[in-house]
Amino acid sequence: MTALLETRGVWQRFGGLVANSDVSISVGRGEIVGLIGPNGAGKSTLFNLIAGVRPPTQGTIWLDGEDITATPATERCRLGIGRTFQVVKSFETMTVIDNVIVGALVRTTVMREARRKAFEVLEFTGLAARADVPASELIPSEKRRLEVARALATEPKLLLLDEVLTGLTPLEAQTGVELVRRVRETGVTVLMVEHVMEIVMPLVDRAIVLDLGKVLVEGKPTDIVRDPKVISAYLGDRHAVGS
Amino acid sequence: MQDITHAQRRRRDLIIAAVLIAVAACVPMFVKDVYVQNIMVLTLMYAALSQSWNILGGYCGQISLGHALYFGIGAYTTAILFTKFGILPWFGMLIGGFISAAIALALGYPTFRLGGHYFAIATIVIAEIAFLLFLNWDWAGAALGIDIPVRADSWLKFQFTRSKLPYFYFALAFAAVAWLVTWWLENSKWGYWWRAVKDNSEAAESLGVVVFKSKMGAAAISAFLTAIGGAFYAQFVSYIDPESVMSFQFSLLISLPAVLGGIGTLWGPLFGAAILIPVTELTRSFIGGSGRGVDLIVYGSLIMAISLMRPDGLLGLFSRKRKKEAVR
Repeated sequence: MTALLETRGVWQRFGGLVANSDVSISVGRGEIVGLIGPNGAGKSTLFNLIAGVRPPTQGTIWLDGEDITATPATERCRLGIGRTFQVVKSFETMTVIDNVIVGALVRTTVMREARRKAFEVLEFTGLAARADVPASELIPSEKRRLEVARALATEPKLLLLDEVLTGLTPLEAQTGVELVRRVRETGVTVLMVEHVMEIVMPLVDRAIVLDLGKVLVEGKPTDIVRDPKVISAYLGDRHAVGS
Repeated sequence: MQDITHAQRRRRDLIIAAVLIAVAACVPMFVKDVYVQNIMVLTLMYAALSQSWNILGGYCGQISLGHALYFGIGAYTTAILFTKFGILPWFGMLIGGFISAAIALALGYPTFRLGGHYFAIATIVIAEIAFLLFLNWDWAGAALGIDIPVRADSWLKFQFTRSKLPYFYFALAFAAVAWLVTWWLENSKWGYWWRAVKDNSEAAESLGVVVFKSKMGAAAISAFLTAIGGAFYAQFVSYIDPESVMSFQFSLLISLPAVLGGIGTLWGPLFGAAILIPVTELTRSFIGGSGRGVDLIVYGSLIMAISLMRPDGLLGLFSRKRKKEAVR
């Protein structure tokens, strides 16, 4: 059985800067995979390549055994990739439920059906009470959840989460972690970019560490946090020597 | 729960509209003054035009300041087809609508790749080019324009000299149709796509919204309806030239009511037109024939006042009030 998502030898160059070099990763069905690494490691670049913001300079991206390298973002959503944005991009003039309806309309054109689906997703994400509030009035943690809700309404096979747990209070982060777990229970595969290791490590089945645009290591979270290469990437060589 | 409140609000809007139409239809029974009737016709026409503009500019967020082009195409198509080929205005109206929609699509193809202000600038330039072309196009009457020969009153030829009432009822029907189309679109996939594109096109794309197609759809519908208004106007004044149907002033007059009333809202254009058009017409008549510039000063001041104090239009006053109540 092939992996749900695969990148094969992906490169991304911006002028002289190499943001991703020869990145090959795969994400299996039903997994929660964390994509971590220090600042500037190329996490967001890789994330955007998978979401279809731009095609990679070189290499291919596969979803469900299908080459989607040249497929634009809109079409990738149709194929089953849902995403959130690191800097939230709510539809500010629309109500919370209307935001989610936009997502639901990918799978149906019947408004009643889309609205029902959207409300269901809002209940799932704990935003139902805020359904009729304009998105501009949500607090930051609610906006993060709205990003997730909108993406879930598109009924994705693969959900890409871009730092949804960063910058939240510990309690909010915990709620977020539980939400991600429940998302996986519904059969959705999750690939999440995260900066804060201590939040993601207990959550993910597997972590892929990027450093300087390359895959540094990948494996179980428990192994990753002890890996000297990871420690040195995050903290510098001095700390790694001691361990 | 959810579904009910939403459906209820939509039904309430529909009922309000029905009542307004019924009331408006009765007004001419009491208002016999031709001058006032004239203002009512213009108010309804601009309400409808602005409602059409609002589809592209308000809902989809693509600010066009060149809608005079579609207005003029509608007027010219009807006038030319009637005077040169004897085609009845009713058909000319529809043909003008389709030509305008086709032009909107052809122009949208390159211009919708432009972002923000550049799109607005492009629409001004294109409309201005069309204006100059018509000013020099001999076959279409050039600067002299086209005189639509007026004979006996006739619904078939859509021309009336004895009374303004038929025009009034057509303008009312036009405003009602434009409103209904908007009402229907607002709760359709298109309506949601447009608002998503306006608010954040990158997020919209990630949710499967085909941004380019949404813009094209909005432009075509908007241009079609605007051309219907132009065709009506040609019949109403029975003489057109580039200055009177394609000048920049029309682009402003078409967009302003929506901006004033509430951009991207269902009731904004009607509300805005009901205030703006009578005010400008009265200002013009008070100051007399030479007061042409004054109405432009009025628009200018209004735009500044609105953008400074209430960027979401006058309707925003009501929703702000509602919000405060909700907080309490």
